[in-house]
Amino acid sequence: MKDIISGLNKVFDSRIRLGIMSVLMVNDSFDFNSLKESLNVTDGNLASHLKALEDKGLIRVTKQFIGRKPNTRYAITEEGDHLFKLHLNALEKLIRTQ
Amino acid sequence: MEKNPSSAEDLKTIRKIMEESTKFLSISGLSGVFLGMLAIAGALVAYFIITGYGSSGYTEYFSNLHGGTNEDIKWILLIDAAVVLLLSVATGFLFSQMKAKRSGKNFWTTVSKRMLTNLFIPLAAGGLFALILLIQGQVQTVIPVLLIFYGLALVNASKFTYNEIFYLGILEIITGLASALFPAGGLLFWVLGFGILHIIYGLFMYRRYEA
Repeated sequence: MKDIISGLNKVFDSRIRLGIMSVLMVNDSFDFNSLKESLNVTDGNLASHLKALEDKGLIRVTKQFIGRKPNTRYAITEEGDHLFKLHLNALEKLIRTQ
Repeated sequence: MEKNPSSAEDLKTIRKIMEESTKFLSISGLSGVFLGMLAIAGALVAYFIITGYGSSGYTEYFSNLHGGTNEDIKWILLIDAAVVLLLSVATGFLFSQMKAKRSGKNFWTTVSKRMLTNLFIPLAAGGLFALILLIQGQVQTVIPVLLIFYGLALVNASKFTYNEIFYLGILEIITGLASALFPAGGLLFWVLGFGILHIIYGLFMYRRYEA
């Protein structure tokens, strides 16, 4: 899964996944609608990428109710934080060698 | 390995997303200028109220601020301050909303709420404290309290918006402390803290980010 040479991670290939990880890196947690707004994507698209990241154990999902409205919050896991940092370093290295 | 031409762009996007998801950047520099002018207008009105009221001159008023004297003026000044405050808050919101709209962003987001919460907690505490001081007749400490708490509110909120707000906050705190040290300065410190500092700051921010 991981590119041994560069540390680039295929999981983060998509722009939307990069966006999700970026937001969650710098925020304790973010809810679905706020994520949707910051990244300017559709419900379905965002949901499928969130699911993929969750399945890989990179983000954590908590579902709760605010009043009667369901509120789904997302947070980065330690694993996710670690892998995303590696990915960012790899991106930077890639730029420097160009 | 083939070089990835978009990795620089990716990084740029990542940085932008990180900044935008933690910082509320729709604060308008121009609103600072308007806020400053409103504060100065309010101070002028206060000045005329004080000097126009009976025999007491401006300097006497501020050097004789002890106990229950000048009961009536106190409440007229409070109304003056409240009007300025309301107009200032409205101006701030209006300009921010316009700026957000212009740059195609939402005004009401997780970040803006976070910023406003952090701004309004010290601000409300300061406002209520000032009101209590006013009721107890300690008029001379009202201006320092408002300036200091406003400064603290800005320092607190600066984590969620432009860094420059932090320095504006520090300057407000210093102005507040100075006004506590020289109570006879009264309105002059008000004009400096809420008027001149806002105008300078607003122009600076406008030139830096918007012009």
